Parts: sequence; structure tokens; C-alpha cells
Amino acid sequence: MTSLMAILIGCLYAAAIYMMLRRSMVKLLIGLILLSNAANLLIFTVAGLERGVPPLITEGAQTITGASADPLAQALILTAIVIAFGVLAFAVVLLHRAYEVIRTDDMNEMKGTD
Amino acid sequence: MDMSVLIALPVIIPLIVGALSLVVLKNHGAQRLLGILGTGAVLIAAILLLWQTRLNGIKVLEVGSWPAPFGIVLVSDLLGAIMVLLAAITGFATAIYSLKTVRKRFERFGYYPLLHLLLAGVNGAFLTGDIFNLYVWFEVLLVASFALLIQGGERAQMEGAIKYVTLNLLSSALFLTAIGLLYGMVGSLNMADIAVRLTAVEDPKMVTLIAMLFLIAFSIKAAAFPLFFWLPASYHTPQVAVSAIFAGLLTKVGVYALYRVFSLMFTAEVDFTHQVILWMAVFTMLTGVLGAASQFEVRRILSFHIVSQIGYMMLALALFTPLALIGGVFYIMHHIIVKANLFFIAGMMYRLGGSFELKELGGLYKKHPGLAVLFLIPAFSLAGVPPLSGFFAKFILIKAGVEAEAWWAVAVALFVGLFTLFSMIKIWNEAFWKKAPEPAIEIPAPVRNKALYWTTGILASMTIAIGLFAQPIYVLAEMAANQLLNPQLYIDAVLGGGKL
Repeated sequence: MTSLMAILIGCLYAAAIYMMLRRSMVKLLIGLILLSNAANLLIFTVAGLERGVPPLITEGAQTITGASADPLAQALILTAIVIAFGVLAFAVVLLHRAYEVIRTDDMNEMKGTD
Repeated sequence: MDMSVLIALPVIIPLIVGALSLVVLKNHGAQRLLGILGTGAVLIAAILLLWQTRLNGIKVLEVGSWPAPFGIVLVSDLLGAIMVLLAAITGFATAIYSLKTVRKRFERFGYYPLLHLLLAGVNGAFLTGDIFNLYVWFEVLLVASFALLIQGGERAQMEGAIKYVTLNLLSSALFLTAIGLLYGMVGSLNMADIAVRLTAVEDPKMVTLIAMLFLIAFSIKAAAFPLFFWLPASYHTPQVAVSAIFAGLLTKVGVYALYRVFSLMFTAEVDFTHQVILWMAVFTMLTGVLGAASQFEVRRILSFHIVSQIGYMMLALALFTPLALIGGVFYIMHHIIVKANLFFIAGMMYRLGGSFELKELGGLYKKHPGLAVLFLIPAFSLAGVPPLSGFFAKFILIKAGVEAEAWWAVAVALFVGLFTLFSMIKIWNEAFWKKAPEPAIEIPAPVRNKALYWTTGILASMTIAIGLFAQPIYVLAEMAANQLLNPQLYIDAVLGGGKL
């Protein structure tokens, strides 16, 4: 399962970078979305994929025994999702405004400040 | 108790004042007053924090009383405290400068709340001891900077902002990836704890791989070669007060993060990692200064010089000797004040001369000799003319380079210093010395603003003071460098209970 996830995450990164290298603004945005999802999945995977073992201490024991899912990684992903939601929402508005002002979707024509 | 709360103040004050400022969004007077009071309060807190840190060593605050390494810690070592003080100085200067320069329209759209949020993000990044928390603060300051950058909504701002946003989001995603991999490897997020656990990792090649991911992520944020182009494309587009605080602080957060992770966590394969940083530093210095030579717009020249100056700071980290790190800390102190000041002065040149283009400017020396003197001080300091602050910063760095026998880097650093002088003299000749161009452009009625002169004047006198009283600053930088080179001090402070 882990290696399957690794391949999936690799494909997501590759697709994200490819989309970001295109000239279209909309594809750039899709690239950014894929990139943040890939990073979240990566954290999810490297923390260990454990199924059906919540990190609960059994009655009477002092610590968790045996393998268990890692709650911290999920907290990280939750935070990262919220942040990504915020900045991507901003990016959508920015690109929309930029399109209204510049009247083009082509990144190659945005050289006014270079 | 009260002492450790002090560490949180530089973060909490701007957050609270920013929220209050949002409440009184329609009341311009109250917003401005809150801007001055809030940034002033942060300045006082930052001075106290640095004083306390210098007196008592590294201070730690366990947020919510969760003991390290389980909870988030705020750590104030000397480098962090120095950076917070510099951020506070820049923030206060920007707030004063904003009084007269920021349009009412932007104030209505939340200029001041964003400014406070930006400062909170910057200070949080300087003080946190938790790598994921560092990511969160980076995002806080990024979101605030995005919104500040596009206030006004002109075409150039949109084009610049797209590059700025894209590259910074890419860098954030890489940062997050690196954090994920690091967490998978050592199972901790506390930086001190990570440093301890990394020494036990069996495969140093994997550690170096993750280190390189951090290097790429932070070097994008620091605008280092090769991914620096978002900076000169965007920094000259917003209003001057925003440009100045960006120029002073934002890239330096990236530099600070590099200093932190490559002195605390990734020191196992210094031969490789710091060699990579060395080459990046050399090319950053060169491309920045050569880019500036080809520009004829004041703010763009200054933007390219930010890039080249980042190279010096990375050079200090790359050499990684005690003297080099002293030079690096000294350089950061000198650079933030000078750079913000130069942007402020560029804004005054625009108000008094009517343009940012060198071709359209002229005769400013005759009409405004005071401004000319104010320009010369930070400009010469940037180029490294004694006895100003830049001279000592460069001198220490180059001496460290000679001692480390990094001849190429030394040669490039000297060459870049010369070219920086060339750029500054170019601005001087065109804007101040030559006669005003014949079809004189519409010059706005001269608005004499004491507040602007005071802001730039005080920053300029700081530049002189750092140069004249270099010894105490050197001692402070030496103590900060000493802490960077002995990460055990940091680790003991964080993991050994560390309560004062």
C-alpha cells in the first residue's frame, strides 16, 4: 500500500510541476492545487499507514503497545489543508482580477515588470 | 513567569492590535494611532527581549505549558531576538512613514491590519522553536504580504503578484514536503529534538537529501540564485511603504530560516551542504548586482541589490566559521536598516521629483540638499564605504573568507561591492546631480513632511551609529554566532526544561 501511495504522490508532484510550467494561468492554478494535495498525501504516507488501530491506550496500560496510527500527522495535514484552502482561495481571486486587468490568460504576455 | 511571557509579546501584540485595527476600520485616525502605538509597543517588547536574552542566555516559553518536545515552544536565542528587534524597528519606521504616504483608500481596505498581521508572522517565524509552526508563520506573513502587494490593483501589480504568489506557494509546498519527510524520518517537530534525533539516523545521505529540500524552499523565500526572479518582478509595484517593509524583512525571514536549520539541524555533512550554499551565494551576489547595473528605475535597482546582498548573508553561512557567522549576523543588522531606508528615500524622491525613472529625475541636490545627504548615507553604507555600517559588515565577512581561503568568493564579494558603489553613484548622478530634464515633468506641489524626514533621518543615524560604535555590535554578533556554532546550548535550553 505504501509503495502504491508513493507512486501516486510522485505522479501528483510531476503533474503539478508540469501544469505550473504551462503558459496558462488556469493551469498554473491547477498545478498549485495538485502540489498542496501531493504534499499532504506525502505527510500522510510517511507517518505510517496503519489501518484500524486508533492510538488509544488500553485500560491498565501506561503506554500504547504495538503499532498504531499517528494522530500528529493528521493534525499537520488538517492545518496544512486549512492554510492551503486560504491561500488558494486568494490565488483564485488574484488570477481572476489579473485576467480582468490584463485581459489575457497567457503568462508569456505578462512581462511588463521584468 | 513574566520573563517568559516576554517572548510571546512580539507575536501577541501585533495580532491583538491588528484585530482592534480591523474593528475601527472606518476610523482613519484611530487606525493610524493604533499603527503607531502597536508597532511602538512591539519595539519596546523587542528591546526588552534582546536585553533579557543577552543577559540570561537562551529563553524558552512552552506554549500552553506542554513540555518540549511535545508542545510548541517559542525560543528566543540571540539571533532570534536580534531579528525581532530589527523587525520591530522596520515596522515602527514603516508605521510612521505610512502616516503621510498611504492613501485613505488603502487604509479603508485594511492596510494597517495587514501590516500588523505581517509583523506578527515575521516575529513568529523568528521566535518559534517548532519546524511546523515555522511553516504556519511563513504562511501568515505570506498571506498578509499577498494582500499588501496588490493593494491598488494596477496591471504591473497583478503581473508581479502572480510571480510572487506562485514562487512563494511553490516554496511553501517544498517546505511542507521537507517537513513531512523529516517527520517520517525522526518522528519529531521540535527543532532541538530533531537535531538530537538526526545524530542517530543511520543513513546520512537521506538527511542531506532532506537538507537540500529545505535549502531550495528557503532560498526561494530568500530570493537566492537561481529562483530569485519573483523579487525584482514584484517589489517595485506596491506603494513605497509596503516595498520598504518587504525589502527590509521578508527575504531576511528566509535567510534566518537557512541560518537556523543549517546551524542547528543539518550540520552532519557540512562539506557538501555548505559548499552548495557557497556556490549559490556567489551566483546570487553576481546576478543581483549585474541585474541592477542594467536597470534605470530606482526601486528596481534597489530590488536587484536586495538579491545581491542576500548573497553576502548566504556566504557567511556557507563559510561557517566563527568569524564568518559574526559577519553574517552583523551584515543582517546593517542590511535591514539600510535597505528599508533606501526604499523610504526612493519614495521621497518620487514625491519631490515626480518619478522613479532615472531619466525623468534630476536636480534634486539643488532643490533638496537634505534629501541628498539622507540618500548618500545608506547608499554609501550599502556599498561598504567606511565608517558606515556596511564597511564593517563587509570587512568582517571578507576577512573570514580570506581566513577560510575561499578566494573565489572573496574576489566576487569585492567585485560586487565595487559594482554596488557604481549603482549607487548612478542613482546619485542621475537623480541628484544632473540638471532637471528639459521638458520637466509635472512635479507635484512640494509637500514638506517632517515625519518622512524624521523616519529616514533616524534610520540613517542608526546606520552611522552601527559604523561608529561597531565594537558593541560586534560583541553582540559574536555572542549570537557563538550560540549558532554551539547548537548544544539551544538544545539544552529547549529540552532541559529551560524555564526561567
